[in-house]
Amino acid sequence: MRLPNQKLARNVTLINLLVSAAALSLACAAFVGYDQISFRRGMVNELSVRAQIIASNSVSALLFNDAASARSTLSALRASPDVIWAGICTVQGKSFALYERMRTDRIPELPAIPPGHMESHVFSSGDIVLARAIAFRGRLLGIVYVESDLSVLAQRRKEYAGIALAVLLASMVAALLVSWLFAKSVADPIVGLAALARDVTQNKDYSVRAVPTGRNDEVALLIGAFNEMLEQIEQRDRALREAHHELERRVDERTAQLTHANKELESFSYSVSHDLRAPLRSIDGFSQALLEDYDAQIDASGKDYLRRIRASAQRMGMLIDDLLNLARVSRATIQKEKVDATALAESIVVDLRRAQPGRDVDFRIEKGMEAWADPGLLRIVLDNLLNNAWKFTSKRDHGSIEFGFRRENGGPACYFVRDNGAGFDPKYADRLFGAFQRLHAMTDFAGTGIGLATVQRIVSRHGGSVWAESAVGQGAVFYFTL
Amino acid sequence: MPEPVILLVEDNPDDEALTLRALKKNNIRNEVVVARDGREALDYLFGEGMYESRDVRVKPQVILLDLKLPKLDGFEVLRAMRGNEHTRLLPVVILTSSNEERDRINGYGLGANSYIRKPVEFGEFIEAVKQLGLYWLILNQNAPAAA
Repeated sequence: MRLPNQKLARNVTLINLLVSAAALSLACAAFVGYDQISFRRGMVNELSVRAQIIASNSVSALLFNDAASARSTLSALRASPDVIWAGICTVQGKSFALYERMRTDRIPELPAIPPGHMESHVFSSGDIVLARAIAFRGRLLGIVYVESDLSVLAQRRKEYAGIALAVLLASMVAALLVSWLFAKSVADPIVGLAALARDVTQNKDYSVRAVPTGRNDEVALLIGAFNEMLEQIEQRDRALREAHHELERRVDERTAQLTHANKELESFSYSVSHDLRAPLRSIDGFSQALLEDYDAQIDASGKDYLRRIRASAQRMGMLIDDLLNLARVSRATIQKEKVDATALAESIVVDLRRAQPGRDVDFRIEKGMEAWADPGLLRIVLDNLLNNAWKFTSKRDHGSIEFGFRRENGGPACYFVRDNGAGFDPKYADRLFGAFQRLHAMTDFAGTGIGLATVQRIVSRHGGSVWAESAVGQGAVFYFTL
Repeated sequence: MPEPVILLVEDNPDDEALTLRALKKNNIRNEVVVARDGREALDYLFGEGMYESRDVRVKPQVILLDLKLPKLDGFEVLRAMRGNEHTRLLPVVILTSSNEERDRINGYGLGANSYIRKPVEFGEFIEAVKQLGLYWLILNQNAPAAA
């Protein structure tokens, strides 16, 4: 992976080089340009002075038509190595005297002097030609032309270019040095910080720290803030981990306590199941033995007492069984699956009819009812509700029991068991689901009062609720959701 | 040939008396050997302790086994029996107060042939003993003694 900080240093160096190169180039260009202009101006002036000297020295030669004197004047130019050609012509435009550094018979392009001026010049690619009027007491006698070589200018340009290049190179080196210093003092700490940030993100190790630069600048501030942030994250991380461990420890502790309590409850149930029933069997069995073996010795009232003893023993056996069921339902693990509630109810009805074949009861069970529940526990629920309905319609000539299902406004599926039996006083509806709560006398309807408590426990363990509606003598409806 | 023996393993004297009464009520006249704890039951079956001189070739026709017993409980008796080649095929009917699921699973898991819960109502108990006698003493054919 490419380090972002390397990029940073490289970018800074590049920008440094570009900026200094651009600035220096512009400065050099401006300087060279200005120098060229002022140098030319100087050349023109110098040439003009020479032309003036020649002009004033040539006046008599022109006045007396002495060409030899004029030539001699011109030949003084030999002292100036840059002057390559000079000439004097008369006012009529005729050539009067010529000077050539090297014989070429070449006539350069000659500038015209504008009216009212004494002098004019023209630059060509390699040279400059200056024309100067020769006048005496206001009368024009002729014109002197001087041509100077511009190679000095070119030479000067070349030298300047060399100097500019040298300066440019030197400043590039300086820029590189500055960049290196910058990288060392600013980029390196930032790069280090970036690498550290990447490590922290990848390894989630919040114990590392960035090394402070020891300076008092923004980078130091950044490093300080970063370290502070790491410190806080590390602290929170630690606190979170500690809280997590504490929570786990507590959960383990509670689980152990619960498991222990559950075990105790189980062994209690087990003992109840084994040991509490044994004496009941003795009471019932020996009462029966008395009735059978000592029939002649016991009078009617004695036999009645014995029958009551037996009935109580049997009822106690039922109570124990129901209580054990209630306890079992409370601790059973619930395994929900799709259950055919219709088929389940129908099988319970078959059992009911078989137990009391003589009764006239009309069962209506809705077809195709499905429930998402623990099948064993749902059977206990339906068994209790249908058994109750069966029991409480026993005094009707014609019993009617309905098991159905409805769903209102997208709410949960609501099942109901409706009968036309004895019903109950709605004032006591809330007592219906408590263990050992009975709303009818034992002599009217037998029962332990645990069935509906079991139903409620199962339904609430499924996350549902159960409630009932009734009026005395009007039958009852039990609703439940899962 | 003598009537086959029933081995009743039962520590509660009341239950013992009631079981014997129920057998009598159903005209089951077989000899009933009563073992009052698990150790005694194994001593009888293996011819050890107080039954040292017993002819162990005479095997009970059926064993009525309670689960909660002093010394060795019913499961341990069953496990020891099933681990011994002379007793591993004997029919064992668990006769207990418990209807705990795990007792039934353990019982059948250790090789019980039947599991009957003693009802509180004596009439029902007599009926259960009648069925039991009919089935295990008359209908059922045990494995041959040599097996």
